This record gives sequence, C-alpha cells and structure tokens, in this order.
Amino acid sequence: MSTKPASKVVAPLKDELDIVIPTIRNLDFLEMWRPFFEQYHLIIVQDGDPSKTIRVPEGFDYELYNRNDINRILGPKASCISFKDSACRCFGFLVSKKKYIFTIDDDCFVAKDPSGQDINALAQHIHNLLTPATPFFFNTLYDPYREGADFVRGYPFSLREGAPTAVSHGLWLNIPDYDAPTQLVKPRERNTRYVDAVLTIPKGTLFPMCGMNLAFNRELIGAAMYFGLMGDGQPIGRYDDMWAGWCTKVITDHLGLGVKTGLPYIWHSKASNPFVNLKKEYNGIYWQEEIIPFFQSAVLPKECTTVQKSYIELSKLVKEKLGPIDPYFQKLADAMVTWIEAWDELNSAAVAPVADAAKKDASSSSKK
Amino acid sequence: MSEVTIKNDEVDIVIGAIQSDLTSFMEAWRPFFSNFHLIVVKDPELKEELKIPGGFNLHVYTKSDIDRVVGSSAGSISFSGYACRYFGYLVSRKKYIISVDDDCVPAKNSSGELIDPVSQHIINLSTPATPFFFNTLYDPYCEGADFVRGYPFSLRTGVECGLSCGLWLNLADFDAPTQALKPTLKNTRYVDAVLTVPARSMLPVSGINIAFNAELVGPALTPAFRLAKEGNLRWETVEDIWTGMCVKVICDHLRLGVKSGIPYVWRQERGNAIESLKKEWEGVKLMEDVVPFFQSLRLSETSVTAEDCVVEIAAAVKERLGSVNPKFVSAAATMVEWMKLWKRVRGQ
Repeated sequence: MSTKPASKVVAPLKDELDIVIPTIRNLDFLEMWRPFFEQYHLIIVQDGDPSKTIRVPEGFDYELYNRNDINRILGPKASCISFKDSACRCFGFLVSKKKYIFTIDDDCFVAKDPSGQDINALAQHIHNLLTPATPFFFNTLYDPYREGADFVRGYPFSLREGAPTAVSHGLWLNIPDYDAPTQLVKPRERNTRYVDAVLTIPKGTLFPMCGMNLAFNRELIGAAMYFGLMGDGQPIGRYDDMWAGWCTKVITDHLGLGVKTGLPYIWHSKASNPFVNLKKEYNGIYWQEEIIPFFQSAVLPKECTTVQKSYIELSKLVKEKLGPIDPYFQKLADAMVTWIEAWDELNSAAVAPVADAAKKDASSSSKK
Repeated sequence: MSEVTIKNDEVDIVIGAIQSDLTSFMEAWRPFFSNFHLIVVKDPELKEELKIPGGFNLHVYTKSDIDRVVGSSAGSISFSGYACRYFGYLVSRKKYIISVDDDCVPAKNSSGELIDPVSQHIINLSTPATPFFFNTLYDPYCEGADFVRGYPFSLRTGVECGLSCGLWLNLADFDAPTQALKPTLKNTRYVDAVLTVPARSMLPVSGINIAFNAELVGPALTPAFRLAKEGNLRWETVEDIWTGMCVKVICDHLRLGVKSGIPYVWRQERGNAIESLKKEWEGVKLMEDVVPFFQSLRLSETSVTAEDCVVEIAAAVKERLGSVNPKFVSAAATMVEWMKLWKRVRGQ
C-alpha cells in the first residue's frame, strides 16, 4: 500500500472504523495525525481523574468516556475495566458500533518511511485487515497480497486463499517496546530499522501483542480484546495488551483467523520510566513463565464456535490452571466472564439505543 | 550483541555447476568467495568443459569423481541437474556449508552496498534461533534490536540454528504458474530482517540461496525427490521443497532453528516460465499431497540425530504416502540409500 501525501487523503472505511485512544493527559498528538484521522470517528477513553477536562483539538468527531461514564454505563460490570492503566482502552472497543477498530497511544506520532514520506498508518492497517492472512504455511516473501509480492514456489496451492485477517499489529520506530529490565540495560537503544514487511504469525505460535499501534476486525475478534485487570489495586501492570494478545491468538488459531504483524510503523516518542515499569511488570515477569506454557497448550473444544464461547472456555481454563499461581488469576478469570457479559449486553441490537443515550449525556461529546 | 567471528576454515561454499561457463559468476562473487574454500560440482549431464577463472581455493568434482565415490551401490541416487550440489555436501568436511545457484550474483541493499551473503549466512547460523515464541522486532540478536516486552525470559537464550534460508531480488523464486501469469513481476523489495520460522510451521525452502550447519543437519539435506521431467530451471523442480520440509520437521524435532530473510542475492533471468509450465506441471501438483503429511509428522523420542530422523521420515513416507504415488516410494528409498552413502563416505 503506497503512502498518500498529507494534503489529500482518501479515507477508506471511514464509516466502518473507530479510532480508540486512551489518555490521561491531552490529545495534542492528534494535530500531527489530522490529515489521516480527521475523517474518522474517535472514541476517547479518559483514564484517571474524571474531573479533569481533556482537550481535544478542533474539528475531530469524537465521543469521550471518563470513569464516571464507564461506571454509569456498565454498572457493577465496570469492575472489569482497569483504572489508572491504559488497559481501560478496551472500554472503547466495548461501546464501539463499528466493524473495525484502530487503537493508538497518545505518545505515538506519524513516522516517515525511508524515502522520507509520512506513513499513513491507518491506511496500512486497513489494507492488512482487508487482505487475507496466511497462518497455515509460512511465505518466505512475507505478505503475498502486497503489491510486488506473491506466494513463492512450493507454497501449497490449496492454502493460497488464506484466512480472514482478524488483527493487524503495527510496529514502532524510535522508542522500542522493551520491558523494564531491557530498558534499564539499554536506555539509549532506539529502533531505527525500517523493515518493509507485513507477515502473518503462523498458527500455533504466540507473540507479544503491543496495544500502541493496533487494529482489528471487531466483528471477527473484538470480544477477545479484553485488556485484563491492571493498574490501580492490581498486582500487575503493562501486561494488559500481552494478555489480550495471548487470548486473541489462541482464539484466532482455533477459529481459523489470521494475525498480521509488521507495517505500519509509528514514531513512539516517550520512553516511560523504567523503574516505575519494573515495579508494574515485576510479577508479570515471573508469572509469564507459567502463563506462556498455559496458552501454548490451551485447547478449545470444537463446540466453541464463536469468540464469546471460546473466551468463556478460556476463562475456565485460566481459573483452573493459573488460579493456583495467585488469587489474581481467579479474579481475572471472573473479570473475563464479566467482560463477555458486558460485551453481549452492549452489542446486541436491542441495547443500541441505550448506549446512544449515554453518549449524548457524556460531558464532552462533540460533533463536527 | 557480541560480534561473530567467522573462521574461514569452517566454511565450504558448494556450487552446483549447471552451466559450463562460470567465469562471470565467479568474477562477480570473487570479493566474497575468495577467502573461502569452494567445492564446485559439475552436473554429470553437462557435456562441455567447465570454465572457472583462477585465484580461488577450490576443488572441482565431475562425473568421474561422483562415480568413483558413490560407485554402483547407491543406484537410486541421481546427481544430475540441481542435485549435483548434494555430492558437494557429501564430500565436504566443514561445519558450515553455503550454496548459491550459478545464475545468481551479489545484490545491493537499500543503501546501495553490495551484500556479502557468506557473512550474513554465518551470522544467521552462529547466533541463536527463537522458534518457540515470535519476536515482533524479528532477530533479537542483531545490532539495534532485542526481545520485546512480553517475550518470556526463559526463552531468550534461544536454540542453535540449523538452516539459514536467504532470499532473492529481481527474479524471485516464484513457481511457473505465478511467473507466467505475472511475467513482469520482479522482487524489488529489500526487507532488512531475518527471523526464525516458528516451530511446527512449514515453509517452502528454496535451494537458490541457502546455508546450513552440516554438523547439526547435514545428512537431512537429501537429493530424494525428483520429478519425471525435471530440468535445469528451478521452475521445473521441487527437490529443494521436499528436502526443506524434511529439514524443518527434523529441526523442530531436534529443537533447532530455521531462519529466513537476509541475505539477498540477485537472481538473473533465465528460461521461460510458460515453457516450463508446459513441460512439468503434474509433478508440482504432487506437493499438495505431502503438505498435510509433513504438517502432522511427529518423530519418535528415540530419533536423536539427524540421521535417525531421516530414516524415520523415509519409513513414514513409504508407509503413508507410498500408495499415493510411486514417486514417494522412490523418494523414501533414495533417502535410505543416501543415509547409507553418507555414513560410508563421511564415516571415514
């Protein structure tokens, strides 16, 4: 997908895609994205102190939810949405009515490709989502659906239709997504390597999914994009997107869907404090040694024909197999169930008007 | 990351000579090949004398050498065409073997610099592979990269790499139908990455630009699968595809890695895709039958070396694919013959 000049941008899927942004500060970063985002609807999830006013640049069409809104809309089910952690972004996935979601962090800016052109990350994600994935056999020339590429000799013809793409995972130039120990050892390392590839992560292989620059087909996989219990009052942080990614991959593998990673790149500007990160990640670093084998060996029965059923089944396995590690996992398993209940409640046709009413009440909703 | 030191005497570069005049090929590669020992194996079907420029440290093997070493014992093994390079693997005594087709020359990276595939293959083979969990920043061991957040620490030591699969600019390794349909499709995209192909994922391994650790997986590369009308164009063969699937199963079983990506070579245009398509199409369809077989193949715990694995795979091929097509029966038999030959020649 070639990048388009900033002055005149075509907006594919503009009525079918929501951009979800979690924030506690301001949204000045949107100015740089304006040419690429302006025609899309934004869902802003305001974390932290709800009495603060988040300034949204003029001209964007958005709905904004703070903690009060989350509590009001979900009632007791609001307990599954994290507080004081960007994991709260999944509330935006919950209330969206669109088929596709693109989520981005507020310290991510427009990157340039090697030729110096601004990268339209959203357009690339859309291309990734609208073309098939190839999870069943690895193509050595990466995404065969990109212009200038194809399947290589030896790639089975019976597998060339591919699978529907559920997730598009983008990458980051400048500050890479390292964990705290790596940040402490390599504080000056910057990602300067532009790898001009999109590829499908093979079936049966897990990966660390970063929520900074991520898009997905909400209809295909949205219910699995729960970012867990993190932040305030929780023993763990900075594993929200990881958790969502592991659940999502197990389910996409089970349902025959694809996950792509690679382009597009965004420019990640802020390195968070590694000491703060270490405290948040501490338990995760140990727990993931048991969590990973759990997900690698998780088997979903064939009766799990939908994302919701698969997710509920996964929550039972979490309770049973990870529960013994720490009571946190029992709480998490319960929260996974609450999430699905909230998902089904908000995403059935009968409930749509209620959600709209909530939107109008929201303190700072604005239309173009 | 620590620097990789290549000991030149640990490397053999094996070239299968399908064309007789290797002058321009060797001159093009001189800057990168001249420090290493080369094994050139002449396709036994080639009638003309080989033309090779001087100044290289090399051994040339021809039909008479092949006949002498192999004798009449390994009747089912043919070394004609692309298979001739396997003779080079047989007689090599080095740890790392690199092979490039004789219609390839050095490529340039996106900065315009000539790429040294020998160094890159050695780097790939001598740094760990990470088949059990995907790293989204690709090779974590290269300069400027690392494991990303969420990558389990216990998996960060990685495993040894058995096979390094390079890529091609210009004429990519597409099959004949694809290239025939898109005659102007050339690969112009330089992707600056090498990555480990995850465990239990199959891939098409192209023999055009390849390297391996002969100590770990040497015997697993076998000249077993020939098509009836196999010719001297990659469009008319699948021998490397077959071998590659065996090697991947073996690497997965022995907990070794297979990497794919850089280095690139520049592949020159040769032949005609449509002509190749007319000549050999049935055989290519055979590969469809083997995919589910390889994807589900699991080897027993008693197979602990590459040799054990080859023998076990040969038996499984005969048992499960033998009735599908006689080509598989002969492939299995050739693999068994190859193992005997390998032990005899290399056991000394």
